Amino acid sequence: MPGTHIPQRMPIAPTTVLNARALERTVARMADQIVEQSDGSENLVLVGIQRRGVQLADRIAQVITQREGAAVPRGALDITLYRDDLQTVGPRPIVGKTVIPCAIDGKTVCIVDDVLYTGRTIRAALDELADFGRPARIMLAVLVDRGGRELPIHADVVGRTIDVPIRGRVDVLVSELDGRDEVTMVIAGEES
Amino acid sequence: MSAPLGKDLLGLEHLSAEQITLILDTAEPLREISERAIKKVPTLRGATVVNLFFEASTRTRISFEFAEKRMSADTVNVATSASSVTKGETLVDTAKNLEAMKIDMVVIRHASSGAARFLAERIESNVINAGDGTHEHPTQGLLDMLTLRRHFGTLTGKRVCIVGDVLHSRVARSNIWGLTKLGAEVAVCGPRSLLPTAISEFGVQVFDRVEQAIEWADALNVLRLQLERMTAGYIPSLREYNRVFGVTRERLERAPRDLVIMHPGPMNRGVEIDSEVADGPHSVILEQVTNGVAVRMAVLYLLAGNAPALAEAAKGGDR
Repeated sequence: MPGTHIPQRMPIAPTTVLNARALERTVARMADQIVEQSDGSENLVLVGIQRRGVQLADRIAQVITQREGAAVPRGALDITLYRDDLQTVGPRPIVGKTVIPCAIDGKTVCIVDDVLYTGRTIRAALDELADFGRPARIMLAVLVDRGGRELPIHADVVGRTIDVPIRGRVDVLVSELDGRDEVTMVIAGEES
Repeated sequence: MSAPLGKDLLGLEHLSAEQITLILDTAEPLREISERAIKKVPTLRGATVVNLFFEASTRTRISFEFAEKRMSADTVNVATSASSVTKGETLVDTAKNLEAMKIDMVVIRHASSGAARFLAERIESNVINAGDGTHEHPTQGLLDMLTLRRHFGTLTGKRVCIVGDVLHSRVARSNIWGLTKLGAEVAVCGPRSLLPTAISEFGVQVFDRVEQAIEWADALNVLRLQLERMTAGYIPSLREYNRVFGVTRERLERAPRDLVIMHPGPMNRGVEIDSEVADGPHSVILEQVTNGVAVRMAVLYLLAGNAPALAEAAKGGDR
C-alpha cells in the first residue's frame, strides 16, 4: 500500500539449532539415556506424540534396537481430544491417529515429543496414557526444551535446551514429513 | 481446518466435498477409541446433548448415545410419540424449554421432512439431524460412505447401487448426495412405484432389474422395505418383492465381481435381503454399525462449540 507504513512482525531468518548430523547424534544420545534411565530396554515402550514426536520415536527405537539387539515397541499418541483449549481454539483441530502397540500396564513408557514448551501437550498425553493402562513409570524425552512452562512438567531426557522468547518459534523438521532433518529457531521481531 | 461445518448438520445436500471429507477423516482415527479398555475421551466434558426422538428408533439413538458418552458429554433422551406432537410450535416449544435448562446440542429425529432445519433456525444449540421424514439422514449417509471408503480406499469412480424403497428413504437421499459429491457413481434399483418420479434429477442411473444392478455395481446398499408399503399398495406382496428385487446368493453368484453388501438396518431377512447374503463374506453390515459410532463422534466433535459467539472469541493456540 503506497503512502502507508503498517507496522508488522518481520520474521528474522531462521537460525539452525541442529543440522542433520547434529540431530542424528542428539537422537542417538537420547536413545542411550532413555535405555540407561529405564534400566534396559526389556520393559520399555516408546510413544511418540503426533506429529513429529512419532518420527523421533521411530528413530530412537532404531538406535535402541541396534545397540540392544532387541526391538522396542513403539506407538503414536494424538492428544487433540485431550486438549484443555478446545473450547477456545476456534476451528476444530484435525484429529490424528493414536496407536498403542501393546498393553502398557507395568511397563516403562517413554513419551517422545519434538518441542517441550508450555507442558500442556504432555499434560494431555499423561491423561490419555492413563486411559490405556497403568504403566510402572512414564518418562518424557524431548528433542528441544525451549522453556516457558505453564505446568509443573519436566523432561527426563532432553536433546537440546534453548531459551526462546515467547514470540519465538522452534521448528523441528524431519525428512519423513519435511524432506530434510533440521531444527531451526525463528525469533519474530517487531518493526516499527 | 479449512472447511468448518458451521452450527448444524442438517443434511449432506448442502455440504461441500471438502466438508464431507473432513467428517470422514475425523471419524477414521475416532474408531480406535471404541477399541480401548476405557472407551472415553474427555473432549465434550461439560457439554449437554439432548436426543430428541419424535419417531421410533433404536439403533440410531443408541449409536448417538454411545458417541456422546464416549466423548464425555452428558446426555438426556427425550422420546415423544409422533401422535402427541404436532408439527410447528410444539416442536420449538419443546426445544426452547430444553434450551432454558442450558443445553448445548440437540439430536433430532422427526417424521416431518425439514423438521431439523426448522428447529435449527430457531434455537441456538447445535442441531444434528438424525432423520427427518423422507428428507435426509446425514449420519447414516456418512457412515455408509466411511464404510465404503475404508473398503475401497477411495469413493472416486466406485459404483454404488441403492436397492429398494428409494421413494420413502432419507437414507437413499443422503447417500445419493454424499456419494456423488465424493465422485462415486450412484444408481438406484427398485419397483417404479417406489422410486421418485423425478429420480433423473438426482443424476443417478436407474435399473429396473436387480440383475442389471448387480452386474453394474461395486457395492449394493439394500434398503429396508417398510412392511406398511404393502398394505399401502406400493407392492403386491412381500414374497413377490423378494422374487423380483431380493438380493440373493444366486443372483450375486452371477456377478462379474464380488459386491460389497450394505444395509442400514433393521433388516427384513428373506424380503429385501437373504440371510446368506446378509451374513455372507462380503457383507459389511456390522462394520456399518461400528462406523456409525465413529462418524457420530466426529460430527459431535466438529460441531461442538461452533456457536457464533464462541467462534468470534476464538483465538489460535499453540502447544
